Amino acid sequence: MTLAAATDLAAATNEHLANLSNTLIYSAMAVYTLAFFAYITEWIFGSRSKIGRTAAALTEGADGKAKGPAVTVKKGGSTAVLERPKVVVRAAAGQRDVPDGPGAHGGDEQGDLYGRIAVSLTVLAFLIELAGVIARAASVERAPWGNMYEFNITFSTVAVGVYLTLLALRKNVRWLGLFLITSVLLDLGIAVTVLYTASDQLVPALHSYWLYIHVSTAILCGAVFYVGAVSTILYLFKDSYENKLANGGRPGSFATSFLERLPASASLDKFSYRVNAAVFPLWTFTIIAGAIWAGDAWGRYWGWDPKETWAFITWVAYACYLHARATAGWKGRKAAYLALLAFGCWLFNYYGVNIFVSGKHSYAGV
Amino acid sequence: MSTTSKTGSDPAPATGDEDLGAASSQLSTAPVEDAPNLPSLGVIGWVRWFWRQLTSMRVALLLLLLLSLGAIPGSLIPQSGTDETKVADFRNANPTLGDVYDKLGLFHVYSSVWFSAIYILLFVSLIGCIVPRTWQFVGQLRGRPPGAPKRLTRLPAYTTWRTEAEPEQVREAALTLLKKRRFRAHLAGDNVAAEKGYLREVGNLAFHIALIVMLIAFAWGQLFKMEGNKLVVEGDGFSNTLTQYDDFKSGTLFTQDELDPFSFTLNKFQGTYETSGPNRGTARTFQADVSYSVGAYGKDKRTIIKVNKPMAIGDSKVYLTAHGYAPVITVRDGKGKVVYRDAVPLLPLDNNITSSGVIKVMDGYRNTKGVREQLGFEAFFLPTYTTGSETASTFPALNNPVLNLAGYYGDLGVDAGIPQSVYQLDKSHLKEFKDSKGEQQRENLKPGETMKLPGGAGSITYESTAEWANFQVTRQPASDWALTGSIVAIFGLAGSLFIQRRRVWVRAVKGADGVTVVEMAGLGRSESAKVPEELGDLAGILYDQAPGAPEADEDPTDTPEPHVVPAEGHEK
Ligand code: HEM
Repeated sequence: MTLAAATDLAAATNEHLANLSNTLIYSAMAVYTLAFFAYITEWIFGSRSKIGRTAAALTEGADGKAKGPAVTVKKGGSTAVLERPKVVVRAAAGQRDVPDGPGAHGGDEQGDLYGRIAVSLTVLAFLIELAGVIARAASVERAPWGNMYEFNITFSTVAVGVYLTLLALRKNVRWLGLFLITSVLLDLGIAVTVLYTASDQLVPALHSYWLYIHVSTAILCGAVFYVGAVSTILYLFKDSYENKLANGGRPGSFATSFLERLPASASLDKFSYRVNAAVFPLWTFTIIAGAIWAGDAWGRYWGWDPKETWAFITWVAYACYLHARATAGWKGRKAAYLALLAFGCWLFNYYGVNIFVSGKHSYAGV
Repeated sequence: MSTTSKTGSDPAPATGDEDLGAASSQLSTAPVEDAPNLPSLGVIGWVRWFWRQLTSMRVALLLLLLLSLGAIPGSLIPQSGTDETKVADFRNANPTLGDVYDKLGLFHVYSSVWFSAIYILLFVSLIGCIVPRTWQFVGQLRGRPPGAPKRLTRLPAYTTWRTEAEPEQVREAALTLLKKRRFRAHLAGDNVAAEKGYLREVGNLAFHIALIVMLIAFAWGQLFKMEGNKLVVEGDGFSNTLTQYDDFKSGTLFTQDELDPFSFTLNKFQGTYETSGPNRGTARTFQADVSYSVGAYGKDKRTIIKVNKPMAIGDSKVYLTAHGYAPVITVRDGKGKVVYRDAVPLLPLDNNITSSGVIKVMDGYRNTKGVREQLGFEAFFLPTYTTGSETASTFPALNNPVLNLAGYYGDLGVDAGIPQSVYQLDKSHLKEFKDSKGEQQRENLKPGETMKLPGGAGSITYESTAEWANFQVTRQPASDWALTGSIVAIFGLAGSLFIQRRRVWVRAVKGADGVTVVEMAGLGRSESAKVPEELGDLAGILYDQAPGAPEADEDPTDTPEPHVVPAEGHEK
């Protein structure tokens, strides 16, 4: 009897935590919405300024290289910097020497202010969402990824975490904000409406520390791949914009205003390559951790279960992308399409396989 | 600047940049992409051409793409390897499509001819790629980095200054500095040539070799694997021989001798379930307490097998895969003599372990007239019986077990020699036991209760409930090779992607006015902000040892105007 009473008590606190988690997730959504509007405002204010750097670089004089961007390398802020030799950097062959755009605010001070507000709100929303995820984990007394609802909230938290980490590392990524927050709102919207599952326990097959390793790295990889995919898409737009300019075309004013403010296509391309290449080994590890877990749980480390198959397809697709970068004739746009294809595979593995295909990984809870 | 510095092709194509071509040569071992111009050299020419194509990066890329495309149908169409019944259902539902799929091997994609062809070609290509690349790399390790190109200003990262120091001094200082930074550096005439990051190539080769190891391990595992299932009731045992298995599958090269000699007894099975909340009834733990012994004379040891914790014996692993209930049944004839007593495993029908099965009394029973007869009972079992839910259990644990029995007599048909399911009755030669109203006798029993058969035909007693567990025994050899391969693959990959292979040149010569001009340039194989950063770093240190002299009248004409923006990675 006392045991039952204790169980009831525990159940009550768990329910309390679960409710708290829900409240936090909804609050995070509200703050993300505010951040979303702040980013929009930043972009709107930014549109007041005329930039035209890309256009200038691409149309001014035939020999763009002589005007190419150079780089001074600073050394730890020492006073000797100015006396030291400057390093001049040339763009790689076949790439245009186009300067990076100034970011969404377009150099507009008010725009910049709103951009900063948006980042602060994003930090706040991130902390609230993180608390929500932790409360959820506490309420179910396990890691928060037993079903798709939990997977979604954890995924968006991690994606925003990756973005904020890049910002904290002083990478030039604020331009990602609007796109990221839009999709985070979508992701959370789907999570709380379609995918919501009340707190529950895992079936015994999901009890294994390999699960924790496998799923946590899978979520992290997804978040980083996602950031890579967004910048790849932006690269494609910016690249065709630059192509048009270089060929003497006149892009529409919206495209101009919007794309001018993004980094140069070469920078976007480089950024997405680095992001994708950086997580690829982790993704490889994720699959192997999954195989080890499958070996423990089902007696075979690889059985071509749909989820496994799609993880493999995703892996091969990203391997294709990396190969493409090393193969002449496949760089640039073609490689970018491969990267998007690969991300599409990841996305299908995450949503499609859970919903349309039945397999051993049926933890969807939908 | 030519594309060579990016692709590392060797030798440089004629773009008028010969000097740079040599400088960037052999900065990688990636194969050269030559246009697929057709050979005119007869059979050998064709063979060579074909081999060159197969081992080119372009074809590797295409094969990789094909591999990922080829893997897709197997995830969408039911596969006979994983779910035979689904395949059968699909065939019944779409007979024509089923035939087409059969012809294309789409019911077993991953062992089909075309899928195998893709990956075998890919791996031939891989081997054909690795071998020459390894030799080339060994050659690069033996050789020295090439001397500075004529015009260092053309390189992606460049810096220069004038100094009072003597050129020899500068070169000496540069050599020491670069060596201290673990560059492979040497004096090449008026300049110091240095290179670093060879581990990138090592990592890349290790990764691709590890892929081969993994594939071979996987194939080996498929050929020699075995997998068998055995249902064991509490108190019963199992010994690892072919005849003991309920079902058994193995790879084509598996032989019976490879069965590891061991046996075990299931002492107790334990399952606990969520008792409250929305997921009431979801399993929390399953565990089987077993005693096992290895070899013919092995000592008995005890262990616990859980869902994710198989028991490993030799190369075999014993997994707990399913469980259910086995009511202990006693059947007596009209005289009260026990003719049957056993625990009868029943098959679960749902998550709350509503189960069904049959009891077959094959011999020993004589009816009231003393004639030999066989008995059969249909059993329907609810571990938790709740009034209001008479046909389905409401909880998976044994909270209020009820066994529903209906009896038959006559001939079970088991002697006909046709294999019969142990979970079904062939009723063609059986008659129902009828109650006083002329309907089939059917009763709910609790543990300890007995159902009397009509007309003094005997009785059946539900004594108690045992549990059974299903064990899967698998043996997948070479899995440790697969694991080793994959670990090497990850580290190789990380080395290949994160390590930069780059060259640095330092040229120091006396200018026309007698002042030494130092030029430094860096070249990396792949896109990275690190090369200029590192060059700046090195230049800074070298500058301290060879401080600047007053500027000459003008910059060298070829130097681009340094239009200064912050370094990448240093933004904001
Ligand atoms: C089983 C199929 C293969 C897979 C999964 C695979 C995967 C990869 C991956 C992920 C990379 C990126 C690592 C890096 O950029 O350094 C890479 C690089 C490379 N692969 Fe493969 N590869 C395969 C087959 C091949 C084949 C058949 C060849 C030879 C034609 C090849 C030649 C190369 C080369 C030369 C690089 C290095 C490119 C560079 O230095 O940037 N690979 N491979």
